[in-house]
Amino acid sequence: MSQEASKARSPEGRPGRVRARTGFIFRPVNLLLLLPFVGLLIPAFYNKATPRLGGLPFFYWYQLVWIPISVVITLIVYRATRGDR
Amino acid sequence: MNKVEFSIVLVLFVVVTVMGFLAARWRRRDTLHDLNEWGLGGRSFGTWVTWFLLGGDLYTAYTFVAVPALVFSAGALGFFAVPYTIVVFPLVFFAATRLWSVAHRQGYVTAADFVRGRHGSNTLGVAVAITGIVATMPYIALQMVGIQAVVEAIGIHGHWPLVIAFVVLAAYTYSSGLRAPALIAFVKDTLIYIVVIVAVIYIPYKLGGYGKIFDAAAKALPNKPSHGSITLKSSQYLAYSTLALGSAMALFLYPHSTTAVLAARSRNTVKKNMALLPAYSLMLGFLALLGYMAIAAKVTPVKGTNGKPDNNTIVPVLFDHQFPSWFAGIAFGAIAIGALVPAAIMSIAAANTFTRDIYKPYFRPNASPKEEAQVSKIMSLVVKFGALLVILLVDVQFALDFQLIGGIIIIQILPAVVLGLYTRWFHRWALLAGWAAGIATSIWMLWYVPNPLTNHKHFGGAQWALSHIGMNTKAAIWIGIPTVLINLILATLLTPLFSRLPRGVDATNADDYHAEAGDPRVAVLPSSSQESGATYRSER
Repeated sequence: MSQEASKARSPEGRPGRVRARTGFIFRPVNLLLLLPFVGLLIPAFYNKATPRLGGLPFFYWYQLVWIPISVVITLIVYRATRGDR
Repeated sequence: MNKVEFSIVLVLFVVVTVMGFLAARWRRRDTLHDLNEWGLGGRSFGTWVTWFLLGGDLYTAYTFVAVPALVFSAGALGFFAVPYTIVVFPLVFFAATRLWSVAHRQGYVTAADFVRGRHGSNTLGVAVAITGIVATMPYIALQMVGIQAVVEAIGIHGHWPLVIAFVVLAAYTYSSGLRAPALIAFVKDTLIYIVVIVAVIYIPYKLGGYGKIFDAAAKALPNKPSHGSITLKSSQYLAYSTLALGSAMALFLYPHSTTAVLAARSRNTVKKNMALLPAYSLMLGFLALLGYMAIAAKVTPVKGTNGKPDNNTIVPVLFDHQFPSWFAGIAFGAIAIGALVPAAIMSIAAANTFTRDIYKPYFRPNASPKEEAQVSKIMSLVVKFGALLVILLVDVQFALDFQLIGGIIIIQILPAVVLGLYTRWFHRWALLAGWAAGIATSIWMLWYVPNPLTNHKHFGGAQWALSHIGMNTKAAIWIGIPTVLINLILATLLTPLFSRLPRGVDATNADDYHAEAGDPRVAVLPSSSQESGATYRSER
């Protein structure tokens, strides 16, 4: 996600004469951000009424549980990439 | 009319009105006379203000009313709001921070500003700007649906409370700019959290627990016109996941999301908020379940101003039946204020977009910062009154149809904005062609979606049946996903073909995308206080 293929100005700094510069700031920890997509975007995996939790069918509490999980994941990535520029 | 409920809503409304006007003095620098001040609150909001502002912005009153209404009528499908608001934050985690950095380095106020600077194309910038404005206008109108639902549940008939609320809102947005909704968002969200926490404990307690609520819903849903159920049918899987993913992709492309992101004080503030905002999703998840509580409590929707039962009233009616009047009044106040905050931010965002990306490049290239702010202030009035007139003179259904279209066309700016944050490989004309093709196919596909429940032949929903392309299935797909793919494919194929056409000049530099507050060359604004400088350091 943080793969970069942005352009830098040429050393002369003349606008319009730009060349490609590919810089990578990629950390494996970023891949954690993919987990909520896998966990939530394939409803066939969790489209069940049972087991219930506190009266809530599985379909509902399973998705609600993903909220704290995704907060933790995002916080981990936030802390790991905080210094990145 | 319930006098207790009405009085409490009125008191809350007066309180936020006073706050809205006083907000002009909140952390003010010497003047409100440029867009950084009026339109972005001085770009000075820290973690907590940004959290409330983005929360107040993204989780609107319409969401609070419409999501439970969808669960009430269609069952499990309405719960898409939960995966949608979970995946949105990992999805935009890096893109939003890059946009913040480049916007601060280059002084961009809107996403269209960035597109114009990055791709060196006024035309592409204006295409992005118009898409944003067209998508935002009906969204503002829908906030009024939230207020109207409350008004009807209190037992007042007519549109006058709505008109007064919007005129007052327009007045303090004009004078205070983005500071008004930022300050009011504290009240809105505090009230909403209290109401939701009480509702999800107290109402199930009265109704005999969540088990009974779901049992009642499982029994009642198949007999409703949309034949819902408490779990998805296998033909709904594709609709559910594409709706969640597509809505997430669209959310941060709306101008009002960009506005709240760019108003943050630092890159780090934005990043931290991506981790903290899902707290609102938990609230939204429980709010969605109010739809089932309404089924279990045998709520019948109130007739709307068009004489038909309006499902959007089920949450207010549920509160009216289940809570004592004084608490129902607080809940109604929360919903009404919940409509004012996003309506203010949306109108500011649309006005900034008009000023910076249409007015300035095409009509007044030499407009001063003061003139920009003045034009934006006037446009914020025009946008709000335009939305109000649509609701009063045309029809709520028109706004609903338009919002449906808006949610799908806004995703068509994704290649120019989001891919633009990472690469300049795409040719500006290829991006423009992809955008045009994406919008054209979206509208064409939407035209062929009927809604048998409302007797609509066209624009009846955003789910396109796969049987259109000869597949023998009941499955449907959210239109934004295939059309943004067409957009991307076309932009990719045309880029090599256009290689001989002149490319625009890129106004941005590679290191702009990682800039943090306090770095050299980040637009330096006069510091409002010593304290803000200290927070930069402590937040890193």
